[in-house]
Amino acid sequence: MIGFISRRMFFALLTILAVSAVVFAIFSFLPFDPATLTCGQKCTPQIIAGNRIKLGFDKPIYEQYWLFLSGIFVGRTYGSGSAAFSCPAPSFGYSYNQNACVTDMIKESLPVTINLAVGALIIWMVMGVGLGVLAAKFKNKWPDTSSSVFVLLGTSLPTFVTGLALLIWISIKWKIVPMSLDGYVSVLDNPARWFMYFILPWITLAIAYAALYTRFTRAAVLDTLGEDYIRTARAKGVKEGTVLFKHTLRAVLAPIVTMAGLDFAGLIGGAIITETIFNLPGLARLTLRSVYEFDLPVVLATTILAAVIVIVMNLIVDMFYAVLDPRVRI
Amino acid sequence: MSELLRINDLHVAFPTDDGLVRAVDGVSLSVSQGETVAIVGESGSGKTVTSLSVMGLHKKGSAEMSGSISVAHDGGFLDVISASEEEIRSMRGRSVAMIFQDPMSALHPYYKIGDQLAEAYLVHNPGKKKEAAARAVEMLDLVGISEPVQRSKEFPHQFSGGMRQRVMIAMALMNSPKMLIADEPTTALDVTVQAQILTLLASLQKEFNMGILLITHDLGVVAQVSESVNVMYAGRIVEQGSVDDIFYNPMQPYTLGLLKSVPRISASGSERLKAIPGQPPSLISLPAGCAFAPRCEYIKFADSKACATQIPALVGTQPGHTSRCHIDESKRQASFAEAMKEVR
Repeated sequence: MIGFISRRMFFALLTILAVSAVVFAIFSFLPFDPATLTCGQKCTPQIIAGNRIKLGFDKPIYEQYWLFLSGIFVGRTYGSGSAAFSCPAPSFGYSYNQNACVTDMIKESLPVTINLAVGALIIWMVMGVGLGVLAAKFKNKWPDTSSSVFVLLGTSLPTFVTGLALLIWISIKWKIVPMSLDGYVSVLDNPARWFMYFILPWITLAIAYAALYTRFTRAAVLDTLGEDYIRTARAKGVKEGTVLFKHTLRAVLAPIVTMAGLDFAGLIGGAIITETIFNLPGLARLTLRSVYEFDLPVVLATTILAAVIVIVMNLIVDMFYAVLDPRVRI
Repeated sequence: MSELLRINDLHVAFPTDDGLVRAVDGVSLSVSQGETVAIVGESGSGKTVTSLSVMGLHKKGSAEMSGSISVAHDGGFLDVISASEEEIRSMRGRSVAMIFQDPMSALHPYYKIGDQLAEAYLVHNPGKKKEAAARAVEMLDLVGISEPVQRSKEFPHQFSGGMRQRVMIAMALMNSPKMLIADEPTTALDVTVQAQILTLLASLQKEFNMGILLITHDLGVVAQVSESVNVMYAGRIVEQGSVDDIFYNPMQPYTLGLLKSVPRISASGSERLKAIPGQPPSLISLPAGCAFAPRCEYIKFADSKACATQIPALVGTQPGHTSRCHIDESKRQASFAEAMKEVR
């Protein structure tokens, strides 16, 4: 197990390095001079040249990449003398648009996104797996038919429709959940407000995923119920409830967990529509804004971060799989 | 010898979109203590459906069943067809246990062998975890698995096919059932392993004085272990008798056809296997008369109109030996005697 984990960690690190190099290279070959983007309309060639040297854009690409990488571990100082400013480790660069260290910007937005994604994950897992099991258990009866209506709606309604509908009806018309205008609060500071802040975005994201998971779980449970080992369990005299919730669910858990891990990774930095509709200052919003403003260091950092999260989640899913399925040799 | 299972005029049909599939059509048989009764037939003849009916394992609502299945249970008899789900559940694994054809897929891949065995005991003896674990090890030892303590902590994929079938047998024995249903227990196994499993079953039968209902399509297996034989075709029993009756004095063309189609070592190399021509009929639209009539090479000895329109009754010429056939007894003896020379 330890050998397996360290081997996988090594390859994960290697992949992350490769991804960061590729992303860095792509951004370096973009057809504009990053230094000209560092100041507004009152730019003079002198300022641009100064910024170029200060931010290190004058150096060759491989050296820039090295500075970027080493910045993650030791921090980075821009400029020299009294005008120097530094971003402490882990530094992912400096945003000239916002005059802030990228790390600080990510530190602010990442918790929002993680809160969003974890909450949505919990809701859609409970809903999706629950409805899927129910639909399989009562195949072709009303719980199955009504859940298939939900699946159809959930998969075909785009997030911006469900999100806007929730916002308009629940928040604006019926005023059940107040519009979250005063920003993100941590669950530790004010759980009630935190819940109100996130509940609609959670539901918006969860509906789409819950529909997919309902369909998947239903099919997997029905498949498994036809397995020989389920017949064996029944022949032993095992109660029908135990057959379903122990023997069957145990077998469908592994693929569902795999799927959930990867979908969760996709949400970090991928929930652009939801974050925009509900005005959540999350990672996707940060990326989107930075793209609009050509704030390249931020885009670079969030892109690499999203890739890293996918790779890390893959690793976690694999390890989880090894725990769940004894046939997986590790 | 007390009776453990009596099936009386069992009918099982499955409604499908294409029509009613009559899988079992009037089967009657009985199994007593210490006895092995075989059901032989090709795929789709209704032998597995019969055995699953005894366990009440057909999905509720998917099968239409009539007749009676009486199973010795808790000192009395339980009619599986009319019993409640809860009554059947308390019978399963305790009074009647079952082992299945494919041991590779019959064990849950994610649970340890010992836990799967213990569960069979715990279902009927809730809370007795220690006894269950001890009994699991004891049963693994009994079916010839070495280092049972160690192996009970392993998963099914760490066992070979033959070993898994031993595990299945051990699982079936967890509650010392009086009756065992073995549905093609050796079909998925290597020939050498087959013999081991059959020997094991026979010795366990002696030890526990179990009645065994053996479902198989392998006449070799039948000859080896069973006392009485039911030959099934298209959902009906076409011949019923002792092993000797069936193997030395078959009375039904289908039984004879089965015997003739067994490969023989003594046959010369150029001789082809004598398969029964044609296909078994669709269970949705069975022939009005004898289901075997369209494939029967002895139909010339019978009233072919009767064969086509009347289902022959299951009647006996000797005590304990019955068959369904319209062929006149004297003509049958003459023509079958010729064919039986080949078989021997």
